[in-house]
Amino acid sequence: MNLRGMAAIYRSEMARTRRTLLQSIVSPVLSTSLYFVVFGSAIGSRITEVAGISYGAFIVPGLIMLMLLTQSVSNASFGIFFPRFSGSIYELLSAPVSYMEIVMGYVGAAASKSILLGLIILGTAGLFVPLQIAHPFWMLLFLVLTAFTFSLLGFIIGIWAEGFDRLQLVPLLVITPLTFLGGTFYSIDMLPPFWQGVTLLNPVVYLVSGFRWSFYGVGDVSLAASLAVVVAFLAVSLAVVSWIFRSGYRLKP
Amino acid sequence: MPPAISVTDLSKTYASGFQALTGINLEVKAGEIFALLGPNGAGKTTLISVICGLVNPTSGVVLVDGHDNIRDYRAARARIGLVPQELTNEAFETVWNSVSFSRGLFGKAPDPAHIERVLRSLALWEKRNNRLITLSGGMKRRVLIAKALSHEPTILFLDEPTAGVDVELRREMWEVVRGLRESGVTIILTTHYIEEAEEMADRIGVIQRGEIILVENKQTLMQSLGRKQLTLELLEPLVSLPNALSDYPLTLSDDGQALVYRYDTQQEHTGITGMLEELRKAGIQFKDLHTEQSSLEDIFVNLVRENP
Repeated sequence: MNLRGMAAIYRSEMARTRRTLLQSIVSPVLSTSLYFVVFGSAIGSRITEVAGISYGAFIVPGLIMLMLLTQSVSNASFGIFFPRFSGSIYELLSAPVSYMEIVMGYVGAAASKSILLGLIILGTAGLFVPLQIAHPFWMLLFLVLTAFTFSLLGFIIGIWAEGFDRLQLVPLLVITPLTFLGGTFYSIDMLPPFWQGVTLLNPVVYLVSGFRWSFYGVGDVSLAASLAVVVAFLAVSLAVVSWIFRSGYRLKP
Repeated sequence: MPPAISVTDLSKTYASGFQALTGINLEVKAGEIFALLGPNGAGKTTLISVICGLVNPTSGVVLVDGHDNIRDYRAARARIGLVPQELTNEAFETVWNSVSFSRGLFGKAPDPAHIERVLRSLALWEKRNNRLITLSGGMKRRVLIAKALSHEPTILFLDEPTAGVDVELRREMWEVVRGLRESGVTIILTTHYIEEAEEMADRIGVIQRGEIILVENKQTLMQSLGRKQLTLELLEPLVSLPNALSDYPLTLSDDGQALVYRYDTQQEHTGITGMLEELRKAGIQFKDLHTEQSSLEDIFVNLVRENP
């Protein structure tokens, strides 16, 4: 194991976060706060309770998930895309580090940042609405698993993307719509039966539901289903990453 | 002691179908400076990239200090420092952080004293806190060298190391490279400044269309393939060559002031003595004479021309 190599990647990625503090921490916190003001306080005051929880509190887990998914993907994808783009990836590929060490360095840093962000947003949310966390262990587990899984997805996108436009494509066209339609702002039993069925095909529903369950003890789907979807997603992402490195896809001609 | 680099039957065909390398066999001895010469697109960078693990070979084996560069990649890569041709770097990092990152990436414990030595030897110490994006091209090149040296490699690849570096700085970099060789580092460089190879290299390999067409000691190469010419400046101009001298490969300059005699240093008898004897007999006197030897550049151009 080249632990020092892995740590070097991790540290340099975290240093990048510090250099770009404004966009990487401050702006997601600001935009989440705006969601609370608009949906939580302004509109939320007109909405009755959802599943026995005030609307403002109800959307907290969904909002954290929304940020967790988009930030994990965009941070991890940029982290590996930039060295590819600038050419400095030569150093990574010629160094005595294994593929897993490279992935752990990049994905670990991206996930750490997302987790940190999630906790900051959670703290921010506490300023707007009264919060309760029924199952803190599960809450952290979902936070960590989701952050790693979607950072892996971001890593894959960063290797696949051939330009900055593609880098934005997946977060914009896939992640954001899936999250908005994934029960972030509503409980899916508020939908007509047909759309409820369609929604169940959306993996984000399971993430939001599981995460919300860890807060309030209620979810749209069972805890087991939520956990199974996260783990399945993680397994698929790991398989794709290991295929990328074995085949040298977009990395080694 | 195994050779620093040993390449056996190495071929590389890219996905596009382009065959960049064909059956390369090459050994680089530990401690030498090996220059790889070849025209653009000959396969120099592909060969280096395969050895360093940036490009997957289609077939063949690469041993680095006896370690297979795929099966035993950690041991192989830990020995190698690579300075790429393109000026690529992390732009927003500082010189110090970027160089320290490289050391960590290669699994070495932090050693600020070593990093300082490297930066000082490359005249980068004053710039250590500057961001890479603010540096000039020549400085960026030196940062890449510093990164490669940060982890104390025993084998250093320099792909076009002095491209875009001014003459004075180039001489300084040659000094750094010589210093490294003295400390036991094996150096493999590609260059299109033939002057550089002539100045630095112990051995020279010429690559052409993905094949190594020649590997030779620089001295031997310059002796065996080098041609010499002897120019005699005459006291009195001549209108034509005397008949007695017609057997010699002599040419008379247009103004009749000089005779040029071309000969091959490989030949046992260069015919110089006989030619001078005939000149004396013919009563031709000369005021000066000088010889010129073909440079490595001439040798290289001839080689590449002969192997189309």
